[in-house]
Amino acid sequence: MCLAIPGKIVEISSDNQDSAIVDVVGVRRRIDLGLLHEDKPLPGDWVLVHVGFAMSKISEQDAADQMNTLRVLGEIEGAMQEVKGYGLEDVN
Amino acid sequence: MRFVDEFREPELISKTAEEIRRLAGMERHFRMMEVCGGHTHAIYRFGLKDILPENIELIHGPGCPVCVLPMGRIDDGLAIAQAPDVIFAAFGDMMRVPGTQGSPLEHKARGMDVRIVYSPSDALKLARLNPEKHVMFFAIGFETTAPSTALTMMRAKAEGIRNFSVFCNHVTIIPAIRAILDSPDMRLDAFIGPGHVSTVIGCRPYEWIAANEGKPIVVSGFEPLDMLQSIVMLLRQLNAGEVKVENQYKRVVPWEGNRAALKAMAEVFELRPYFEWRGLGFISQSALRINRKYAEFDAEERFEVPGIRVTDPKAAQCGEVLKGVLKPHQCKLFGRECTPEHPIGALMVSSEGSCAAYHNYEHRKAAMVSLSSIA
Repeated sequence: MCLAIPGKIVEISSDNQDSAIVDVVGVRRRIDLGLLHEDKPLPGDWVLVHVGFAMSKISEQDAADQMNTLRVLGEIEGAMQEVKGYGLEDVN
Repeated sequence: MRFVDEFREPELISKTAEEIRRLAGMERHFRMMEVCGGHTHAIYRFGLKDILPENIELIHGPGCPVCVLPMGRIDDGLAIAQAPDVIFAAFGDMMRVPGTQGSPLEHKARGMDVRIVYSPSDALKLARLNPEKHVMFFAIGFETTAPSTALTMMRAKAEGIRNFSVFCNHVTIIPAIRAILDSPDMRLDAFIGPGHVSTVIGCRPYEWIAANEGKPIVVSGFEPLDMLQSIVMLLRQLNAGEVKVENQYKRVVPWEGNRAALKAMAEVFELRPYFEWRGLGFISQSALRINRKYAEFDAEERFEVPGIRVTDPKAAQCGEVLKGVLKPHQCKLFGRECTPEHPIGALMVSSEGSCAAYHNYEHRKAAMVSLSSIA
């Protein structure tokens, strides 16, 4: 659970600036941007997501590298299951 | 078997490994601790030890949150969830961690309402969806996770949610490093600093290790090249007699950390005077509890908590392994009574636990990535 997963910001809620939808290799989920108040990401930006919260902004290259690390670590499947929220997540 | 060309810049990996051999020489033995469990996992998975010279020894640190949690806290959390209409929500990592009467999953099989959540905010969502129940989130993690728990509680308070609480087991990394350095049976030369914890706390908190303990520390990323470069940086410092904090993982870790995250933690948490760690014992000011402002969301305030100290199964030597005094395979139960399928100790449960990592890659030689084929 130490390893964060990269996601691309797809949409920021119009009624709640702290709530965004990210795309994590094709899976979409809602995340909280509240921990990036001082450096707000915009749609199209890449962020590292940890337990449903964006922790830092990263470059697209870093996102690809991090994804590769997770893949080789054998963590992708588990991470994707987590991102899908074990059935709790209703964003598609 | 997979090969290292799956990673960026394979030639550079090979060159960096060569540089490590040159810098390490033959004379001196180097003992470096990787603090973070994510690094431990990566070290085994990438077969990093196979390309390092024999005089560089990597010691696995305390940075696996489920591993350092004493069994009594798991029992306490499960005891709270015995109350009527309580939903026990926790991360997937927690589900198979044994308590005295079994793991959360085993309690679920016996009828307890146990839910796996990915995020503390999903636990809060469970509370919204189940207004007639009380959702208790079993919070674990270092500073990487603590801000997310804090912000979730701030959201719950702002929304006026009344059926949600947190059983707080958040711990802080610096006091654990200090305790390890104070331990007389531990001799270390340097630290590979945790990557994602440092996105929150930054690099400044490590300066005391350099200043007071005379140990270099390099905050590192998780790719093979990251870790090899960090080892080069540490060797250069050690050879030159320098002692400083360096940041190899600049592309993600800002030197000053994440102020918004630190602010959220300060809003909700305060330091516990002391907290028990598996293997390391009681460490002062090493964990967080919920402050008075958020007492209504503190499971320890709302429920009766037994608070009984439980010793680990006698034959298991989790503590020694956690401190780096024993290697995983030197424990009497390793690979026999205690396996990833039937874990007795928490270090065998999480993929970040050194026993599980050692068992999966070193012991079984399964699915290991071969760096040595090129380096």
